[in-house]
Amino acid sequence: METAIRLNRLHKSFGPTPIITDVNLDIVKGERHAIIGPNGAGKSTLFHLISGRYEPTSGDIELNGESIGGLPPYEIYRKGLSRSFQVTNIFARMSVYENIRCAVLWVKGYKYSFWNRVDNMEDVNERTEEILERINLADRAFVPAGLLAYAEQRALEIGIAIAGGNQVIILDEPTAGMSHSETEQVVELIRSVSEGKTLVMVEHDMGVVFNLADRISVLVYGRIIATDTPENIRANPAVQEAYLGVEADHE
Amino acid sequence: MSTLTDLRRSMVAEARRRQRLTWLISAVVLVALPWIFSSSFSISIMTQIGIAIIFALSYNMLLGQGGMLSFGHAAYFGLGGFLAMHAMNYIADGAIPLPVPLLPLIGGVIGLFFGFIIGTFSTRRAGTVFAMISLGVAELIAALSLIFVGFFGGEEGVSSNRTKGPDFFGFNFGPDIQVYYVAAFWALIAAIAMFLFSRTPAGRMANAVRDNAERAEFIGYSQRNVRMISFCLSGFFAGLAGGMFAIAYEIVTEETLNMNQSGAVLLMAYIGGVGYFIGPIIGAIIMTLLRTVLSNFTELWMLYVGLLFIATVMFVPSGLTGLLMMHGPAWKRRSLKRLLAPYAAISIPSLAVIMGVGGLLELTHFAHTTSMDDRVMTLFSIPMNIDSLLPWAGLIALFIGGVLGVRRLRPMLLDAWADANGAGGGD
Ligand SMILES: Nc1ncnc2c1ncn2[C@@H]1O[C@H](COP(=O)(O)OP(=O)(O)OP(=O)(O)O)[C@@H](O)[C@H]1O
Ligand SMILES: [Mg+2]
Repeated sequence: METAIRLNRLHKSFGPTPIITDVNLDIVKGERHAIIGPNGAGKSTLFHLISGRYEPTSGDIELNGESIGGLPPYEIYRKGLSRSFQVTNIFARMSVYENIRCAVLWVKGYKYSFWNRVDNMEDVNERTEEILERINLADRAFVPAGLLAYAEQRALEIGIAIAGGNQVIILDEPTAGMSHSETEQVVELIRSVSEGKTLVMVEHDMGVVFNLADRISVLVYGRIIATDTPENIRANPAVQEAYLGVEADHE
Repeated sequence: MSTLTDLRRSMVAEARRRQRLTWLISAVVLVALPWIFSSSFSISIMTQIGIAIIFALSYNMLLGQGGMLSFGHAAYFGLGGFLAMHAMNYIADGAIPLPVPLLPLIGGVIGLFFGFIIGTFSTRRAGTVFAMISLGVAELIAALSLIFVGFFGGEEGVSSNRTKGPDFFGFNFGPDIQVYYVAAFWALIAAIAMFLFSRTPAGRMANAVRDNAERAEFIGYSQRNVRMISFCLSGFFAGLAGGMFAIAYEIVTEETLNMNQSGAVLLMAYIGGVGYFIGPIIGAIIMTLLRTVLSNFTELWMLYVGLLFIATVMFVPSGLTGLLMMHGPAWKRRSLKRLLAPYAAISIPSLAVIMGVGGLLELTHFAHTTSMDDRVMTLFSIPMNIDSLLPWAGLIALFIGGVLGVRRLRPMLLDAWADANGAGGGD
């Protein structure tokens, strides 16, 4: 099996405080992988390391066999990894349409072109429209993104992450703060966009996790204490003790 | 095909049609203006406006489109101007066979060159760091311009003669009207080019980086490279404006690249409205008119420009264009006429406030500068003796009365506004 992402003895500290400690993890190409763990465990920090927002203190990160640790975010994106954020991170003054269109431009090869007009790029615009339909924001396309309702902004957040069509997608709490029915919609969206791709997501909603994930890793105090299938994770006594206990009973 | 695709296509087609019409009308207006305003004074003002439009639009590529607050944009304008001036001297000597109307391109290339040099270290970050670097660099260049007398000509600057160029369709660019047409030509070309730039991937990403530089990096773009492109092109157009300035005045001094000039372009863009493409155009027109016309009437014109700027920042941060655009919904509802009477009513006390403040400022200024035996100033066609209490009291009363009047009429205006915009009831 090929690995999409490999974390090799990854460490991250802020000053003297270790946040990520000796994390080793192989994400297999094509799998849907969930990372769970209590608040403050370091899940978002791990995503920031993988996506280039933070530099690892030590250890290595590989994307498709190539070392990417410490590269700037745009280089990592260009190598095929895109992400969404736990706290909505959009282009507030631009329209929803522009938000998605900007996220399509690089992958379609237009780069820093300052001689082609975006209005003439039928491939970019059709892709933008396809994404807008998929995230259910087609009828809000020309509204400034900052004026969207919370759940709509969350959908846009995911839309920006998937717009380019990168093969590896990492989503940080895509359903955070959503109602039950909104969550269901987002789960279906994630399921369909991750078809044939590699997905890593941080998620607190155990229903979503057990529904979507092929494998689950449990991160506690910056260490991965278990990586396994959902059934085995549920049955794992160490996981139950450290984190899952209460929620597992609900299932 | 989805309905969104259809909608987008029709919107793009409609926008294209509107834009083409706008450029066409602008071209016609630019050609026709000298027939309407034919005095040499107005032709010189219109030439200045053309130059200011290019300069202010180039500034807004940074501030409005790219989120870069520059305090030193005059550096590119001035350097473009100086180099174009030297080039004009070479042309006059017959050393380069370049037609004079193409000189702005030399200014542009120089602006681009310096934009590239300075951009490599200033565009890494936006915000305060960028603003401070722009200030420092501009101060440096302004200081150097007084040190390198050989190149910058010291206090007198560099001058030349624009009529000595190679033959250009029989024009020698002696008459101001010919220079006006050169300026109008470049203003239109530059405006179109800058507008088109805003529609390209680099232009769109400039907006994205302005809104959220961090996220832009997670969709494949280096924020620094995106800023760098805007910065270089902005330098190009600032230099182009400087080159046009060189043709129009045949003299370029340190004043073209000092802090005043950098401040002036900031004010133009801001007062016009940095959030709109045409904002800086409106700002350039208004500021140039204020500078040229108002300065004929009062020495305090800069003070009034400052007050206008403060008022804009405080009350209409979206600028005059934003103020106009606020009327869009009422215009679409065809209810704009409901605002006419309230506007007319409130304009009377507003005028009283402006006259009161202006009058007091003028009187004070006069009192501080006049001699012992010239005690009477004529303001608003009324002779006022500054030693008598009456003019002071009158102006204060005018001001207070105006303020009370505005406050009194404000609720009515707000009601009319809500009414015109359909608040509270259906259509
Ligand atoms: N830039 C930073 N500087 C210092 N400490 C940080 C920084 N970023 C995160 N931390 C700390 O690292 C720890 C892990 O934070 P992180 O956001 O990764 O947790 P998380 O698992 O995503 O939690 P949550 O479930 O609440 O999102 C927290 O204690 C946080 O305070
Ligand atoms: Mg988190």
